Amino acid sequence: MRSLRDALVTFRRAPLLSALSVTTIAFSLFAFGLFGLVALNIREALDRLEDRVEVRAFIAEGTPTETIAIATADIATFPEVLSARTVTQEEALARARRELGEFRDVFEGAVLPASIDVRLKPGFRAPASVRSVAARVNTYAFVDDIRYGEEWIQKLYRLRNIAGIAGLVLGLAFASVSMIIIGATIRMAVLARAREISIMRLVGATDSYIRRPFLLEGFAKGVMGGLLALLLTWMARLLIDRYIIETVFFDQRLAALGLLFGAMIGLVGSAVSVGRHLRSV
Amino acid sequence: MIRFFNVTKQYARTGTAVQDITLHVGKGEFVFLTGASGAGKTTLLRMVYLEERPTSGEVRVSGTSSLDATPGDVARLRRKLGIVFQDFRLLENRTAEQNVAFALEVTGAAKATIGPKVARVLTQVGLASKGTAYPRELSGGEQQRVAIARALVNDPFVLIADEPTGNLDDRATRGIFQLLREINAAGTAVMMATHNLELIRRQEFRTIEMNRGGIVFDSADQPRVAREL
Repeated sequence: MRSLRDALVTFRRAPLLSALSVTTIAFSLFAFGLFGLVALNIREALDRLEDRVEVRAFIAEGTPTETIAIATADIATFPEVLSARTVTQEEALARARRELGEFRDVFEGAVLPASIDVRLKPGFRAPASVRSVAARVNTYAFVDDIRYGEEWIQKLYRLRNIAGIAGLVLGLAFASVSMIIIGATIRMAVLARAREISIMRLVGATDSYIRRPFLLEGFAKGVMGGLLALLLTWMARLLIDRYIIETVFFDQRLAALGLLFGAMIGLVGSAVSVGRHLRSV
Repeated sequence: MIRFFNVTKQYARTGTAVQDITLHVGKGEFVFLTGASGAGKTTLLRMVYLEERPTSGEVRVSGTSSLDATPGDVARLRRKLGIVFQDFRLLENRTAEQNVAFALEVTGAAKATIGPKVARVLTQVGLASKGTAYPRELSGGEQQRVAIARALVNDPFVLIADEPTGNLDDRATRGIFQLLREINAAGTAVMMATHNLELIRRQEFRTIEMNRGGIVFDSADQPRVAREL
């Protein structure tokens, strides 16, 4: 209770310094939030692309419909398969015309092969999984050819890995910067109360007792900075939506995680700062 | 109560501050610690409240040893000690009462006991009527009395005073010294570092003189007449 009161008193005694701390934290978390937003949207875009990963097995002409139906049902039971669908020659022609739009006349009188289109479950869309499913589908005697855009899938996964690693590295860099800034602001608060701390120690206050209000202060500043950063990121997203491109925003779980992250950064920054001060006096 | 066993303290940059000191201060004693600046008085006192640990040897205070005391042990020990400095070390934004109460609040004293204890020690140091004054509204002597009240509020078994009259005029010095005598008469041991030889000469208390980190005279070992301070 005393720790909470002391933490609040700091905000009242030094409102300007506190506001400065919260703003600094907010801007550093805002940079982190903006990066998070970009990363989230890249992931969304990649997920949408990944949804289109498909194995298409072209069927030899003259294959009995029953054989195709049995094979399609069989393929649908593969653990990696989300759905398997037979596309007749007529459907294939209609789809090609639809996809080519103004060049639809190219297919006038053409005959396209029937196929079994296989979509894969999330988690089984990596190049190795796709290759393995394609190989199994290819074992059916009536399969003439099989296509699954191997090169395209590999590019997609490379992009995804690069985005993941870049996300991790930049995220850690932003988190470190945020932590250093929070540590510095708490250090200022610690130095402003250096005399009080030295007297506390002389009269027998324990280090954990001295540390507690600063930890609470760091936590509160982290949460407040996080809230402000979330608001700024949301406003930035509105501007991006209006003037550049439509984007998705963090869901409640991600937003809560962001706040928690801010709070943790505040807590750790404070702990390091106060710990260093207590060791040095 | 307070024991030093062959204690030496060295600093990496400034060298030896205290050299091979063996010392015992008993319950209820009044001890003057004197010597020129840099003689090692402050370092010796800092080792009593374990602000400094010896480089070699051992300091034992009321059962707490410098060899194995944890930070928690040090905090608990300090609750049984009173410490006073030349520069008072009061919090400027708190009244006299609040400065004294601070020592109780931060050591987890029950709220209901704080008010009466603060009133008792402020009366003891002669500041019953100035409890609501801020340090800047008090004279140097009065500020030192507040600092002494803060040191006394936890009923310490020893009061450590490092040049408590160094910033005071003669009149205030006499007042503070009289107060320390009264505190000692009530059973609290006092270890007081001072340059004020006039003050020492007028008293019959134990006197330890230090020079270059060592004890060169201890009136407990030698008759007072044997050395003219």
